[in-house]
Amino acid sequence: MPADIVSFIKRDYIHSMAKQGVRLDGRGMEEIREVTVTKPFVTSAEGSARVRLGKTDVIVGVKIEPGTPFADRPNQGVLIANAELVPIASPDFETGPPRPPAIELARVTDRAIREAQTFDLAPLCIEPGKKVWMVFVDIHPVDYHGNLFDSCEWGALAALTVANVPWSKIDPDRKDERLKLDNLPVSITVAKLSGKLLVDPSLDEEEVADARLTVCTDQNGDVRAMQKGLAGSFTVDEVKYIVELSRALGKQVRSKLAD
Amino acid sequence: MSDPHSDVKLIDEEGKRLDGRALDELRPIRIEAGVLERADGSCYLEWGSNKVLVGVYGPREVHPKHMQNPLKGIVQARYNMASFSVSERKRPGPDRRAVEISKIISEALECVVLTDQFPRTTVDVYIEVIEASAGTRCAGLTAASVALADAGIPMKDLVVAIASGKIGDKLALDLGKAEDNFGQADVPFAIVPRTGEVVLLQMDGHLTIKEFETVLDMNARAAAQVYELQKQALVKRYSAYAEPAPGEEQAAHPVPAVVASGDPEHFHEPKIAAPAPIDAVVDEILGEVEKVAPAVPGEEPEVNADEDEAEGGE
Repeated sequence: MPADIVSFIKRDYIHSMAKQGVRLDGRGMEEIREVTVTKPFVTSAEGSARVRLGKTDVIVGVKIEPGTPFADRPNQGVLIANAELVPIASPDFETGPPRPPAIELARVTDRAIREAQTFDLAPLCIEPGKKVWMVFVDIHPVDYHGNLFDSCEWGALAALTVANVPWSKIDPDRKDERLKLDNLPVSITVAKLSGKLLVDPSLDEEEVADARLTVCTDQNGDVRAMQKGLAGSFTVDEVKYIVELSRALGKQVRSKLAD
Repeated sequence: MSDPHSDVKLIDEEGKRLDGRALDELRPIRIEAGVLERADGSCYLEWGSNKVLVGVYGPREVHPKHMQNPLKGIVQARYNMASFSVSERKRPGPDRRAVEISKIISEALECVVLTDQFPRTTVDVYIEVIEASAGTRCAGLTAASVALADAGIPMKDLVVAIASGKIGDKLALDLGKAEDNFGQADVPFAIVPRTGEVVLLQMDGHLTIKEFETVLDMNARAAAQVYELQKQALVKRYSAYAEPAPGEEQAAHPVPAVVASGDPEHFHEPKIAAPAPIDAVVDEILGEVEKVAPAVPGEEPEVNADEDEAEGGE
């Protein structure tokens, strides 16, 4: 995310604490902030959720509408996930066309949901080659306190768990059907500060982090998507450790989101 | 407005509207101030099925710089509908409608904000419509003024906005979604209750002069009810800090006389008493406020004991 200007004294303080294995908000290095899920949240959407991760607050709406399939996938529905960094969420977010951080966030979230084959797109075909259900997952962070990668992906998943395909809109004889989810991908993000790894970075930590890795795993513990960010680096062993951590923590979060 | 001869029946035999409201009845309104952490001020407002979230940032530096005014600050509102806020997905980003609404809301707010107190700066007001069901610009403006107050921006008063109009040949307060789509006239309107200034006014449809005047009066009267809810939201937000002055009356928020003409004959429906759903909300908020800041010192209810202790007692 766009970084605030951080004073050297604050940067040094957070880093020196990290070196001692201590975090500014008193959390353990492998501890995520409290997760609160409200779903559904918006009645105008086919599925929706509000996810709070500590003070970070994200609202997600799923719209499912008839549309034209892609030419190379005439028999499949379409999934489009999009995150918008609306300026209400932070003094550093600005109006105007999305900039690289917003596009990275949107694409990483989209990839997690898509590549995990969260739901089967084939049953979303209405008329092969002509009409299919388009599933739009629109993600609105409204209060940014760090770790949008996870909170947005979790919000998207939570909203999909309560999404209904509005069949009755195009076929009066057919009832709306709950979107059937095959996989429940959950991402976990770890930041690296002065050689230490901190899970679920807060805003302060994110601002001074050297490197960031997001790992998305499914309910079988398999890896479904990854994204490394920022100018720092990880060792291979660190990556392996983060994947293991992501599996363990992902399991906890998954039960909250799918509940 | 759509075809006035539409088949949609907006008022039933008993004079009730589609959602069961009387002609002069507001939808239920809930206002909460200070809901976001990053924003300098914020407000969450539910108005019927409308859900609006407003965040205020500023006063802060203006970008681009040529928009700075060396004599006064500027107010920049941005009205943004979430793509999932409507039944048919809206493409993200501002369209012509949103740009127009943002402009008139900015102008309405600029009228109450004391901009000469912070020259060369901007106050940014971000209005996010989470769920839309007619009257979102009014809900947004109503919430925006609460968010500005929550941010501590100097203002001469809050702003209350309401859209009323004509449906099924009758005048009706606070149009709902179907009424907006199939009604005969729509008059979005915003007033500064303390001064009676009208700071936003739009109209489309077909009204006689008399009908128009009545709609204005209806809007202004109902604004007084919404104004109370706005103030209570702010009182509730800051009541934890409040130390009531000795002998201070709790009811220090009188309903101001806001009706310009005040002629009761203008009203088709004479009863303007607050409808039940609003009463319930007011009671609920008032009840909680009274718990925290009792009207008469010495008669403090027990619930207060904990909070006093937390603040180190009297």
